[in-house]
Amino acid sequence: MVGATTVAPTTSCSDSPPPETRALAVAALLTAASSVLAGWYVFSIAAEQASAAGSWIQILCLLAATAMPVILLPPIVALRDSRRAKRLWGRGEVSASRQVASESRGRSLGTFGYVGAVIPLLVVVAMLVANDGAVRSVFFSWEMAQKTIGGILQALLLNVQIAISAMTIVLAVGLVVAIGRLLPGRSFRPIRLLAIGWVDIFRAIPAIILIYLIGFGLPLTGLPVISSMSPVMYAILALSLTYSAYVAETYRAGIESIHPSQVAAGRSLGLSSFKTMRLVVLPQAIRRIVPSLLTFFVGMQKDTALVGVLGLVDAFAQSRIYSANYFNLTPVMVVCGLFIILTIPQTRFVDALLSRDQRKRGQ
Amino acid sequence: MALIDITDVHKWYGDHEVLKGINLEVDLHEVVCLIGASGSGKSTLLRCVNALEDIQRGSIRLDGDLVSGPGVDVNRLRRRVGIVFQSYNLFPHMTVRQNIEMGPIHSSGMSKNEAADIASELLVRVGLTAKSDKFPDQLSGGQQQRVAIARALAMKPQAILLDEITSALDPELVAEVLDLVRELAANGMTMILATHEMAFAREVSDRVCFLEQGVLLEEGPPDQMFTDPREPRTQEFLHRVIRAGRL
Repeated sequence: MVGATTVAPTTSCSDSPPPETRALAVAALLTAASSVLAGWYVFSIAAEQASAAGSWIQILCLLAATAMPVILLPPIVALRDSRRAKRLWGRGEVSASRQVASESRGRSLGTFGYVGAVIPLLVVVAMLVANDGAVRSVFFSWEMAQKTIGGILQALLLNVQIAISAMTIVLAVGLVVAIGRLLPGRSFRPIRLLAIGWVDIFRAIPAIILIYLIGFGLPLTGLPVISSMSPVMYAILALSLTYSAYVAETYRAGIESIHPSQVAAGRSLGLSSFKTMRLVVLPQAIRRIVPSLLTFFVGMQKDTALVGVLGLVDAFAQSRIYSANYFNLTPVMVVCGLFIILTIPQTRFVDALLSRDQRKRGQ
Repeated sequence: MALIDITDVHKWYGDHEVLKGINLEVDLHEVVCLIGASGSGKSTLLRCVNALEDIQRGSIRLDGDLVSGPGVDVNRLRRRVGIVFQSYNLFPHMTVRQNIEMGPIHSSGMSKNEAADIASELLVRVGLTAKSDKFPDQLSGGQQQRVAIARALAMKPQAILLDEITSALDPELVAEVLDLVRELAANGMTMILATHEMAFAREVSDRVCFLEQGVLLEEGPPDQMFTDPREPRTQEFLHRVIRAGRL
């Protein structure tokens, strides 16, 4: 009796034919074919327009158009496999039939994936060539980029200078504010409140407004030293205030993430609470927050583009001057490109640093 | 005079009284084991001796000096009394050697060379010379705990507190740590151990104290405590331990 009830499901399972895969393969083939046609159309227009710009773009278009039909191969194989699966099933080779059917299904689905990735690219190319290449010539004019990149690079030095100076200040001030907020006991209550106020206020005020207030306000105060600083210094000061609030919170999160047992271990050796913080807690906390610190540093680099409100000519201000002169936005795109080029190596560098540290510690 | 003199110590966490008037004297070279269920106050008592927890009433004296209460230089006290924790608490960002040198250099103010000598000597003693440049995460639990003991010994303390130091270890790693404690006891180190290793407590200690709910219910020589406890609640506790196969 027991045997009968357990045998029944296994036989019905091995009897079931492989799933039908032909319809899926046909659909995949049709999708791939239409994307190839669309690609040929877009690339042919692009190649036509590019004849003025230079032959290498034409060659690129030709290569892309030639490569497009490769996308037809997987659905063709899938179609063949769906027929093979059916034949194998007919001959009673159950598991081989299932395997081939599953491969067919995988190839069909893969085709949809490829087409899904190719279509957005085609849309971008299509936008560039639409309206007789208007988008391309407004945003991506090669001559315009060559003409303006020198001046923009020079102006970018100001952004780099402001970002590095401000970040140096931020790393120090943020730590002081974070520790101020974590000081224990009744006697440090005023300091804690001050630190909380610092974070609440400077995190809330938009950076551009703070730059404006400090850059135009402080010179009017007539106070010694602080009313006679250069606009660059005011920009550094304003960005430092904003970002010290963010970074203080990051430091605090890092410090609080270290388990109290580490503090107990440090204190149990007779270390003062200051030394425990410096030697035990901070080295561990900072390792954990390095990625977020980098995020803020990248954010600050971008926000250096706001200093234009003070009349400083940074990369963005310079590119706007060019854009206004030439009635073309390519110089601004150049700035975008430069910011991207600037930040990517930093991210990779920090990633490499962290993974090296982890390897060293055998994690 | 006793080396550690604990007199009428009371400790509250908010409304909850965890130590209810503990009296305990530990002489030089004496090994005292604290046994009792989890939550009986063993660990808290050890942490109070090291001032990692403050006490609300009573006093703790070390070699005659009052070391509890406000105004005590806790850093100086902790240089004289070491503690080893259940969860090792090694510094994960430092090598084994740096962990051991931390106290001598940054707390006692020794030169790097002196500290390095002490560390080398201790690494031999705990049998981990080959691991000196490894990081804690690269060691087994037993090895980590031996490093933690070496780190405490590096301060050349007058006494050591061991807070359930084998509770977090896999069974096969317990022996290597207990061997080390045995060696410390044989060399006359004054120790207070909170432990669940009853057989070991019986073997190594001069005196066993049974704590229950913050009260030191009974104390005596290990053979008497484990074979013939007077208090019914001590008997009950030991019966449970025996039923669990731990004695």
